[in-house]
Amino acid sequence: MKRWLSKYSQQIFLFAAMMVICIVLTRKSEYFLTWRNIRNILEANSYRLILAIGMTFVIASGVMDLSAGAIVSMCGVIMAVVLHMEIPVPAAVLIGILSGMMFGIVNGLLIHYTGINFFILTLAVSGMLRGVSLIITDGKPITKFGQDFIYLGIGRIGELQLSVLAALFLVLISVPLMFHMKWGSYVLSLGGNREALVKSGIRTGFYRASVHAFLGVMAAVTAVIITARLNSAEPNAGMNMELDAITAVVMGGTSIKGGKASIAGTVLAVLILGVIRNGLTLMSVSSDYQQWITGFLLLVSVLISEIKVHKFRTLMK
Amino acid sequence: MLSAKTKEPIVEMKNVKKAFGYIQALEDMNFSAYAGEVTAIVGDNGSGKSTLIKILTGCLKPDEGEVWIKGRYFSSLTVKQSIKEGITAVYQDLALDNCKDCAGNIFLGRELVKHGIFLDHERMRRSTEELLLRLHISIPDITQPVERMSGGQRQALAIARAVYAGGDILIFDEPTSAMGVKETSRILKLFLELKAEGKSIILISHNLFQVFDISDRICVIHNGRFVDSFLTKDSSPQKLHELIVEKEEELSDETMAK
Repeated sequence: MKRWLSKYSQQIFLFAAMMVICIVLTRKSEYFLTWRNIRNILEANSYRLILAIGMTFVIASGVMDLSAGAIVSMCGVIMAVVLHMEIPVPAAVLIGILSGMMFGIVNGLLIHYTGINFFILTLAVSGMLRGVSLIITDGKPITKFGQDFIYLGIGRIGELQLSVLAALFLVLISVPLMFHMKWGSYVLSLGGNREALVKSGIRTGFYRASVHAFLGVMAAVTAVIITARLNSAEPNAGMNMELDAITAVVMGGTSIKGGKASIAGTVLAVLILGVIRNGLTLMSVSSDYQQWITGFLLLVSVLISEIKVHKFRTLMK
Repeated sequence: MLSAKTKEPIVEMKNVKKAFGYIQALEDMNFSAYAGEVTAIVGDNGSGKSTLIKILTGCLKPDEGEVWIKGRYFSSLTVKQSIKEGITAVYQDLALDNCKDCAGNIFLGRELVKHGIFLDHERMRRSTEELLLRLHISIPDITQPVERMSGGQRQALAIARAVYAGGDILIFDEPTSAMGVKETSRILKLFLELKAEGKSIILISHNLFQVFDISDRICVIHNGRFVDSFLTKDSSPQKLHELIVEKEEELSDETMAK
């Protein structure tokens, strides 16, 4: 029991924090705890959760991908261009997803083979992709898609939007993928000790490329949801989305150095960030503060993570 | 000293060279290990011991020279080829994933699965327990991450992993450096048991008494070059120590002359 509490301390803390925030917001606004508002929170954060799940795998592998937001924008633009060529919706979505996967693979291979710091590398890729998005769109949104495509962003099955169901599905498959399959185990070892994999005869390049491909696919799914929901592909879409995703992943207890991950923690952290945003909106607080809070929470999460590592090392001495 | 060669080597390196930039780590290195024997590689720090074993395990490619394993020639090996040839190593850095538990490390790269795709955590945990018990390795809680274990426990785990891998050529690079006396003697006993099972062991150790306790053959290398190879029974720690010091002085004189 003690070990369980210690292992999941961050997730338990997050859950407790969310409960406290919910209680405070319920007292501040009678609208907060209504089904409509809860549904709003879920719908507004479903795509954020999808991107954060992808980022969880990448951070667990010991790196970060600062180009995730730019991949969202680029995939949205690619799908928009393809849809305007009157290509069927399933084919356009498939092209978007394959594009995301390809951008991820390129990121992964560059990180693996060039040895350039992943921050610089993915930042450079981000700049390039944003640039290409702006060139293709001439800086203007591409709008007006068919109802079939828009349905992917706002359609519902029962009470829940497709995006919420997609996020739920991806969360559910992520758990076995990360903790009960070889692929996830090797992704974690990439972050834990890459040398251990190399010396066990495992091709780390494949796992580096595939984990970034996974994030690329998640970014492309995010792009489908955003583009369909807005009925518009914008070159500036997904701006700072990688920051939100990294914040949620680190808040959720995934080690910033890699090797350890928590899917449940990421889900909880995305929900907390969503509830905070929703609460601030209900209290008519400017969205500028929301950005500030996201940055602040990232800083606090990294500090907590560092303190935990430092405390552990001190104990080991 | 008299060089000893009685049978065909299971591992042989001929005139192997390896440089890292301007630094020549190995220069015309010759090395042989024989089946069912413990061969110790002895040399000072920076003599090229670790480079030599990394070439054997496929972690490094030699610039020149030949590597022969069980009579098969390789210009260089990959890690996979080396594993396929039955070579297993315990590296000085142990190559453990500190975030994984004992089973996660022992089965890294050779995981047991159920239903074709899912890791069989339970079976791996049970097999790990049995393995550690068989090898008399005591780790109170095998489900904790390796980062929470002592240096000695980590070394013992790395050795257990090498034994589990089932190769017939086992390489140990300073395998007991973080262990206490009791643990060390248990591990040395294990090496002798492995030898009795017919395994070939290549041991790198700074501890000359340990080398004389368990090795059959000693290969001395110095400054990346082969110095001598002889049967352990034909030498003594004192003689070996003198040989190493003599080589160190020769190198020092050469440096002064330059």
